[in-house]
Amino acid sequence: MQIKTITENTKLVQVIGLFIVFFALYVLIEPSADNILWRIPEISFGEGSFSFWAVPAIINDSIDYMMFEWMPVQIYDSEIEDYDTSTLLKEVTRGFSGFIEFLINLIRELILGGVKTIVAFTSWDFISDNEWANWPALPWTVVLAGAFIIGYALGGKGLAFFAGISTAYTAIFGQWEPAMETLSFVLIAAPLSFIFGLVLGILAYKNRTIEILLNPLLNVAQTMPHFSYLVPIVVLFGIGDQAGAIATIIFATPPMVRLTLLGLKKISPEIVEAGMMSGCTNRQLLFKVLIPSARRDILIGVNQVIMQCLAMAVIASFIGAKGLGFNLLVALNQLRIGQALELGISIVLIAVVLDKLSLAWANKQVDYFADLTFWQKHRYGLMFLVSLVVGSFFAYIGTLIFNDINYLYLIPHSKGITTAPVWQAGIDWVVENWYHSLQTFNHFMIKDILIPMKEAYLGMPVVATFTLMMGIGYIIGGIRSALVVGGFLLFISLTEWWDRALITAYMTTFGVIISTIIGATVGILCAQNAKASRFILIVCDTFQTFPSFIYLIPVIMLFGVTDTSVLLAVIVYATIPATRYTVEGLRNVPVALQEAGSMSGVNRWQRLTKIEIPLAFPHIMLGVNQTVMFSLVMVIFGAFIGTDDLGQLILKALSDEKGIGNGLILGFCVAFIGLAVDHLISKWSHDRKQALGIN
Amino acid sequence: MSNENQPVIKCEAVYKIFGDEAKKIIDAQSSDVVNIEELNQAGCIVGVNNASFEVHKGEMLVVMGLSGSGKSTLLRCISRLTDVTCGKVLIDGEDLLAMNEKELIELRRSKMGMVFQSFALLPHKTVLENIAFPLQVKGVNIQDSIKRAQEMIELVSLQGREHSFPRQLSGGQQQRVGIARSLAVEPDIWFLDEPFSALDPLIRKEMQDEFLRIQAVLKKTILFVTHDFDEALRLADRIAIMKEGVIEQLDTPANIVLNPATPYVRKFTQEVPREKVLRVESVMEEVGKLKASELSTLRVSKDAIIETIAEAVLSESKPVPVIDDTDKMIGILNCSTIIHMLFGDKSAENTLSKTS
Repeated sequence: MQIKTITENTKLVQVIGLFIVFFALYVLIEPSADNILWRIPEISFGEGSFSFWAVPAIINDSIDYMMFEWMPVQIYDSEIEDYDTSTLLKEVTRGFSGFIEFLINLIRELILGGVKTIVAFTSWDFISDNEWANWPALPWTVVLAGAFIIGYALGGKGLAFFAGISTAYTAIFGQWEPAMETLSFVLIAAPLSFIFGLVLGILAYKNRTIEILLNPLLNVAQTMPHFSYLVPIVVLFGIGDQAGAIATIIFATPPMVRLTLLGLKKISPEIVEAGMMSGCTNRQLLFKVLIPSARRDILIGVNQVIMQCLAMAVIASFIGAKGLGFNLLVALNQLRIGQALELGISIVLIAVVLDKLSLAWANKQVDYFADLTFWQKHRYGLMFLVSLVVGSFFAYIGTLIFNDINYLYLIPHSKGITTAPVWQAGIDWVVENWYHSLQTFNHFMIKDILIPMKEAYLGMPVVATFTLMMGIGYIIGGIRSALVVGGFLLFISLTEWWDRALITAYMTTFGVIISTIIGATVGILCAQNAKASRFILIVCDTFQTFPSFIYLIPVIMLFGVTDTSVLLAVIVYATIPATRYTVEGLRNVPVALQEAGSMSGVNRWQRLTKIEIPLAFPHIMLGVNQTVMFSLVMVIFGAFIGTDDLGQLILKALSDEKGIGNGLILGFCVAFIGLAVDHLISKWSHDRKQALGIN
Repeated sequence: MSNENQPVIKCEAVYKIFGDEAKKIIDAQSSDVVNIEELNQAGCIVGVNNASFEVHKGEMLVVMGLSGSGKSTLLRCISRLTDVTCGKVLIDGEDLLAMNEKELIELRRSKMGMVFQSFALLPHKTVLENIAFPLQVKGVNIQDSIKRAQEMIELVSLQGREHSFPRQLSGGQQQRVGIARSLAVEPDIWFLDEPFSALDPLIRKEMQDEFLRIQAVLKKTILFVTHDFDEALRLADRIAIMKEGVIEQLDTPANIVLNPATPYVRKFTQEVPREKVLRVESVMEEVGKLKASELSTLRVSKDAIIETIAEAVLSESKPVPVIDDTDKMIGILNCSTIIHMLFGDKSAENTLSKTS
């Protein structure tokens, strides 16, 4: 009898055995610097000529060589009217960043006015000689009308008012200039990411080899912390808006590639055949059949791109991108929470407006042959022209009324209405009245939970960690998964940052556990009712459009600069996917199975525990997977508040001239933690879904 | 093209083998006949195995087989949606496989039309735009292509739905659009890949009637693929029955029902009610020495389906003369034959086999 139980539950026995071995190793291995089972020391080859710990330095040197010595070329410099020696790579990257900079300035000056675009075609001398050569700003009223019209064209009245009011908010509350700077940044980064993503997606669709090559690259690119992109970007492209935009493009392109590929792959082969039998050339097939058929997925990709761009808008300000993000960063640094909150609201508004606009665009059907009158065809353009004239007229009137600042033309930064003092007062009140309880909670968290947990993680011998993770890998996916996970871990353990990685892992684990408990509970409660499900999904959608950095504002407000703040931000942010996937999983249990349950006479509780949760579990686990990814992102952002994990080192690398090697390797460490977990959970969930016969 | 008797489609020993190594293995084989055993061992999958046949102008060949029999693959070999592994496909005497990209596109734009099982309409285009699509890619100007598409809409009776999107139509309506699109360029050859399989039985019947009506007007050369034996019998001039890539039998519906070539074909024919399939011609007897007075005054056409004339013939006491298109008497039909057909057992089948 007992033997039978054992053979029937091999997996369970394996898990129990694994944990026994793990704890035995944990207890038995002595913590000592010499013990290779405790920590892997620096390993060097050829009498110290090569060591893994020296890899960052090697990367630094090779990039330096590529940038400053490799392939020297003679470049004519018009300023000094002579040839100058430069290197090929430097010229290429500088050329590219110059191009991006030009585009950003073009959009920026179309809205805010300026001279840089004119300079690009002439010279600074030309500007100083000709006073008229100054591009005027668009009055904010005209931009508002533009937002209103676009909203109306894409999504009707509701969207029009939402877009309009959000624009008015940024203008009236004195966020106009930084908001438009951020917008110009997004309006360049997003289309470029879109184009790159679309092209790569199409190439991957056409060519299987490219797809196979691209897949691991996309995986790493999507799990690398945002900060670690910035380090190499600074070296290659300098600092400023253009560097920020390039970092953003690299970050925002992968989801676009994925969604393009997904959309194209979903097209039924018969549609492709129908295109071919209609006599399409390859070009016609691509532009008239494939891309339009995948339109919805491609446009959801556009939506993702815009969201990523806004998330990066804050982070890019670390390397000199101007706009709301930069101001937010400054405000946070000075702990001017009220102002930070206002800026945060502006970013969120821009994010939500762009999100809604792009989704409305994705859902819009175009009627190609429709027989339209001139007015119908051009009404939006004409409406904008009218508002341009009217807005300019008001702006002119404004010059007559106001003597100092023309409020109808351009409201300068910090000259609008501000609610910051109100917020600040509110926070001061909270801190004053609740200080004690907040601090008690804070203390309790740190002393009784966080520090013991951190110690436990740091007390783990490296062999025990490997045994545990590879053992889980073996139980889930056999020898292959064990090797994959082991490979990721090996990379991290060979660097000098294993302890830091353990701290990152501890914070992530803590965040994931709490978020999953909260998310699953909320999800299960809401999934009992169709209305509640819809409501909670909308809440999740909305929270997901907030750029991740924003979540740090309220927690710093309440808990100051401590580990508790970081973890609270992690929990709030990572609860979103846990909730969403739980609701989706439970609501998507096949109706036939629900009915079969009802006819078997289950009560509500039995239905939930015996039918819905087991069937939804693989999907819920995918949610946990997302929770891990979200937690990692936020834990790394936590470096900004002050943590002592990998993120902190990445942040340091950012301000280090020779930080590129460190930044990249640290980034890989974080990415590999994410990818190891992702591999395990995806594999398990996929196998389980297959076993349950659900898709 | 000049020759009237030249087949429109001609396949010679067509093979389609799936697998990366297939071509290499076949090239290495010395004999003319492909050794399938060897390919199977190499892990290749045989789609079409040595198919040879001809389809003549205005003829409808129905390829029938269960799923995985290679019927759709055969169709795609002839439309060159997949490349043939070896063998020859001639369209109007021209070698299809020797054509380059440009010639192939030109051929599809002028001579071929295809209807798909899942309709394969472009989701982002309206009915009118879908039908006009082949004309658009061909470069026909907008007025002409709209005019032509409008004609097609009338042909398939979809007036009033021109500006609907595919998702707003029922399955039957969507397939009407598919049919209209495939006919927009006035092709000579019409490929239909299980066009009615995704439809409900009642709609399917209706669409088959519609299809026969359109074909009666247009007289296209047709290659029709189906897994439904009844549908094949109802529509075909000739039927090719496929199993595991091999054409088991290729003949007229009557001959297939009367003389199944293999046990596999017999499985399909067993349950078929003969009176619904067979025409008078295939069961009539010779006139012999009967005098005109010994014959009934009723006349039946040699092309009539037995079921449709059974009642009339059974109510006659004398044998009924069978006439051809020119009203010439070419045989007689006895009541006993009909009774055997309707109620007979195996022995009746045997007698019939002898007479045909």
